[in-house]
Amino acid sequence: MILLDRVTKIYGKSSTPALDRVSLHVEPKEFVIVVGQSGAGKSTLLKLLTREERQTNGKIIIGGIDYDKLKDKNIPLLRRKIGVVFQDFKLLPNRTVFENVAFALEIVGMSSHEIKHTVPKVLDIVNLKGKENSMPRELSGGERQRVAIARAIVRQPKILIADEPTGNLDPKHAWDVIAVLEKINRFGTTVLLTTHNQEIVNKLKRRVVTIQRGKIVSDRAHASYKL
Amino acid sequence: MYRKWITFWRIVRTGVINFFRNASLAIAAMAVMVVTLSIILLSLVVNTTLSGTIKQITDKIDVSVYLKDEVTANERREFIQKLETLPNVASTKYLSKEEALEAYRQENINNPDLLTAINQTDNPLPATIRIKPKDLDRVQEIQTFLNQEENKVLQAEEPSYSGDRKEAIDKISHAANVLQRVGIAGIILFAVISVLIIFNTIQMAIFNRRDEISIMRLLGANTWYIRGPFVVETIMYGIISGLISILLIKSLFIASSGPLEASSLGLLDITYAQRYFNDHFWILLFAQIGIGVIIGAGSSIIATRRYLKFKAPKK
Repeated sequence: MILLDRVTKIYGKSSTPALDRVSLHVEPKEFVIVVGQSGAGKSTLLKLLTREERQTNGKIIIGGIDYDKLKDKNIPLLRRKIGVVFQDFKLLPNRTVFENVAFALEIVGMSSHEIKHTVPKVLDIVNLKGKENSMPRELSGGERQRVAIARAIVRQPKILIADEPTGNLDPKHAWDVIAVLEKINRFGTTVLLTTHNQEIVNKLKRRVVTIQRGKIVSDRAHASYKL
Repeated sequence: MYRKWITFWRIVRTGVINFFRNASLAIAAMAVMVVTLSIILLSLVVNTTLSGTIKQITDKIDVSVYLKDEVTANERREFIQKLETLPNVASTKYLSKEEALEAYRQENINNPDLLTAINQTDNPLPATIRIKPKDLDRVQEIQTFLNQEENKVLQAEEPSYSGDRKEAIDKISHAANVLQRVGIAGIILFAVISVLIIFNTIQMAIFNRRDEISIMRLLGANTWYIRGPFVVETIMYGIISGLISILLIKSLFIASSGPLEASSLGLLDITYAQRYFNDHFWILLFAQIGIGVIIGAGSSIIATRRYLKFKAPKK
């Protein structure tokens, strides 16, 4: 599903690479946790996957798409196949909660009828019932995070990338979010989760990839995590 | 097909919604557009009025040729025929001695002393041919023709363009040319400045929302799905600004019609300007809206381009 082969990313004229010959293979339906301190290269890794950045060297193939052969005009099609929960939410500030989630469906041309049917269901999953008409600025950090998650999963993507989705949440809500991720993983979505939260890593008992200074230093199934 | 329609409808709807949600930006951008469109419209009306006034003045200018009393009807006809073949002659008008006298009386109706004096003598006025030149700059050609020996013998005195009057004709035609050129240059200059100002305003409005554009990009929206609503929004700016600017000028004319009716401010004939504006109201209205829409849509297409780029250069 996700294949990185000796991928290196060097920003500008920097001498130290942000990612250094990283190889990673994620099977379909797998649930992978990426851990590492801030600045280790997690965000760069995710940006390469969404094609926000291009690798300096190496090969990236996701869902059968070779990133070297991907034309600019096809980037939107790629991004529609990947659901992303951004660390800074990236909600549209001038649109309501409902419209933010609906946007993901509008751009693929789904009918209004289907959208009206689908969006409330997803908002229900992330516990945002009754907030449909709120603007993002009226929401708490945790609520915004959940809107972002709703938007990422509403298209039922084959791959879901979640960048610190529990970062702004209290433990109870954090577990709610993790429960949502596990649920859609059970439905067949490949999940790539980055987190700092040791407790979550240890309780999930999933494959853990640790990145340090741009390199993968460990890749273990059912691993626990210590900082 | 259905998908295309639904997408088109969504783009339009989003544009309209954004217009109202970004009301403060919309008002700022439209204010600039209204001012600049009004200035363009005003300068257009002023320039047309100036040209009209100048044309009215120059239309009254002619060259008068005075014939000797002994010129026969045949000689006269031949002479007029030759005159009319000259390329710069628009028309000729022949006034017999009696008609010339009558015209003279009409022109001096307020001067009874002069009229009494002229009544006491035998008609002293010569028969006259009034020549209207096509181009005031080329009156010289007519002069050359009149100065030829065979034509000179027919004339009682020097034609009336010579001397002071010739200078006046030259000055007016020169001034007319300069004014028209200055007017056209002014309109072009205003138009260019206006376009730049409107473009900058819209660019700033879009700069404020660049994050929105990049978010939509990350979610996989197509270029036109992102850009479309901005274009719809700026088209609305154009339509509304065009309407407001034309209504503004219209009410300006209505307000000024009372005190300024039939009066002239130097070369600027308000009545003429008003008539021109009213006669061309619909054309001007559509032109204003058209200019507003084109500038608005063009600006938003150019301004969104930089934020829509996939910034993924290799290395």
